Amino acid sequence: MTVADVRRVAGRIRWYVRELTGESTYDRYVAHARAHDPEARVMTRRAFERSRTDAREADPREGFRCC
Amino acid sequence: MALVGAIGWATLALSRGEEVSAAWMLAAALGSYAIAYRFYSRFIANRVLKADKNRATPAERLDNGVDFHPTDRRVLFGHHFAAIAGAGPLVGPVLAAQMGYLPGTIWLVVGVIFAGAVQDMVTLFFSTRRNGRSLGQMARDEIGPVGGIAALVAVFIIMIILLAVLALVIVNALAHSPWGVFSIGMTIPIALFMGVYLRILRPGRVSEVSVIGVALLLLAIVAGGWVAESSWADFFTLEPGTLVIWMVVYGFLASVLPVWLLLAPRDYLSTFMKVGTIALLAVGVVVALPTLKMPSVTDFATNGQGPVFAGSMFPFVFITIACGALSGFHSLVSSGTTPKMVQKETQIRMIGYGAMLTESFVAIMAMITACIIDPGLYFAINAPVGVIGDSVQSASQAVAGFGFTITPDALAQAAKDVEEASLLSRTGGAPTFALGMSEIFSAVIGGTAMKAFWYHFAIMFEALFILTTVDAGTRVGRFMLQDMLGNAYKPFREVSWKPGVWFASAVVVGGWGYFLWVGVHDPLGGINQLFPLFGIANQLLAAVALAVCTVLLVKSGRLKWAWVTAVPLAWDVAVTLTASWQKIFSDDVKVGFFAQRDKYQAGIDAGEVLAPAKSMDDMRTVVTNSTVDGVLSALFALLIIVVLVDAGRVCYKAIRDPESVKLHEAPYVESRLVAPASLFATKEEKAELRAAGVGPEGGIRKEPVETGSRT
Repeated sequence: MTVADVRRVAGRIRWYVRELTGESTYDRYVAHARAHDPEARVMTRRAFERSRTDAREADPREGFRCC
Repeated sequence: MALVGAIGWATLALSRGEEVSAAWMLAAALGSYAIAYRFYSRFIANRVLKADKNRATPAERLDNGVDFHPTDRRVLFGHHFAAIAGAGPLVGPVLAAQMGYLPGTIWLVVGVIFAGAVQDMVTLFFSTRRNGRSLGQMARDEIGPVGGIAALVAVFIIMIILLAVLALVIVNALAHSPWGVFSIGMTIPIALFMGVYLRILRPGRVSEVSVIGVALLLLAIVAGGWVAESSWADFFTLEPGTLVIWMVVYGFLASVLPVWLLLAPRDYLSTFMKVGTIALLAVGVVVALPTLKMPSVTDFATNGQGPVFAGSMFPFVFITIACGALSGFHSLVSSGTTPKMVQKETQIRMIGYGAMLTESFVAIMAMITACIIDPGLYFAINAPVGVIGDSVQSASQAVAGFGFTITPDALAQAAKDVEEASLLSRTGGAPTFALGMSEIFSAVIGGTAMKAFWYHFAIMFEALFILTTVDAGTRVGRFMLQDMLGNAYKPFREVSWKPGVWFASAVVVGGWGYFLWVGVHDPLGGINQLFPLFGIANQLLAAVALAVCTVLLVKSGRLKWAWVTAVPLAWDVAVTLTASWQKIFSDDVKVGFFAQRDKYQAGIDAGEVLAPAKSMDDMRTVVTNSTVDGVLSALFALLIIVVLVDAGRVCYKAIRDPESVKLHEAPYVESRLVAPASLFATKEEKAELRAAGVGPEGGIRKEPVETGSRT
């Protein structure tokens, strides 16, 4: 296994963990907004994460886990 | 694969009177899953549902980058699995092990293949076709208001019972255990710290805070051992009744605190622990390959006199093991969050069916952990105190009465190994599971010296996600209640109207708190009485989901294939209604709630105290509990019948007059998204991805520049 292979695998793992934990949600949101309008005003990361947890307050059924 | 499965089953079934290696159970289960996934799930996806890779999913059509967005299939599989798998598949199989390992294992494997995974997959498919409508909404849209309301009421009551039973599992595991209480107690400040970290210090850095949280958690488990040996031990040694009060107070506060402070961080922590521990357990079982000490079938399977739960194999094994074989609760996850994130209809097979097979595998591992410990010890842990008494001598005698042997010294030693005062009557499954897990882990790492650590690690891991469920479930229950009360008085619907939030929370917490209190104080044993109710409730929800699926298959012109959900529905209804019938009408006082009530009422009238009750107060408690439980059983049966009759009416109408059918499906839009269907992309799929110019996770086809006008 070469160094490049290790880096590639590590990169895939990092990508998977970020996707699974929702850490990449902000990047996706920015990319989404920019895709429609490159000049779009986007929320800061802080504001975005706040609005995301606060949305769960409004409807707790989102993200409900099972027994 | 088929061969491996067949050999596994043959070894399990044919072994008589000798100990079998758990490897055979793994082989039988995994072989069967592989065949089922390869053939049956493909048949359902291609022939029955006709999943269409050219049809855009809601994630593609309604993509808003937040809740609707096409998610990589492997990521979504992880999300979906983490959402459906919780304490359920770890508890049910442990209790069902009283009938031997074979009945439960067969049901886990056959049930998941033909019922559980089918339900999850078909519900996910139909919800995806309806922009992620919830099960309740689909019931209302496609069956009618009566079935819809019955489904809604069912979900609410089930939620209350579910929370009470899960909380009871925790109370039974933590009572008189300073180590456990301290470790679990510490999860609250840890979660608060993580919440502040994510909100204020470094917003959104979930992995880093989870790593910190898990490290603190492990420290809390180790510290629990020090606390248990220090002068603080008395402070953390709590009676079950005290724990109930703490649980209720915690449940109320947790559900009115902001999500970011406690629920969200706890959720990260418990998911992290859950996935990690399950992976660790799988490795441990494969490496240690323990032998199963429990007989394949015990006498309790036929005589129905089992101390863990009463009743014979049919229907009660199928009620006790819900999660892992067929769990109605999954239909709430399959209709809601997941369908809004599916990239391709063709991936529903891997996500819906595949994730449920994985959960069934978790349940098989729970079955293994329960069956590798000495059967005598198993029964001493899982029989209620009214049956085995409260000393190692009386427990040893009682266990001998069940046909197993364990000496009082061995019972005392088992408790000492994990540094608990006693393991007797620690009902609810969690301690048994923890003991089995500590046995497996200590065989791999650390030996006997690490046993106590692994035991408390397992208890902590179960308690952590049960507490998360208690918090999240109370919120969902409150939300539903607020919605219902909103019909009478509008402000109730406002989530910002604090009195409404507090009132609704108090009602929900009071509901499960009542059953929890009753469960802890029931002289007949709380798990013994309440677990069947929980099982019936969960299977009732499965019946609602399967009924909705069947109606949709019929209405969408798939009558020929309706048996795919109708057969598991018929089985589930037979199980649920037989169990309800026996719980209501059985003359056996161990099974029938009303027979129980009559016996103890007669005792009160005659002024006699009947064992295991110790006083007149106990007698009155039994009478009240039996009456409430009996009435609930009847209510569940009634609800299921209402939903079924209404579903039958709709099906009949659809068959008689196909013209009148109105489907609420979202219209067809052609998909521009390319993504593989299964875990590994096939050769053709790889070529397609390359041609579309997107990476292995899939994405919107890049149009050549000259035809780019469509974007």
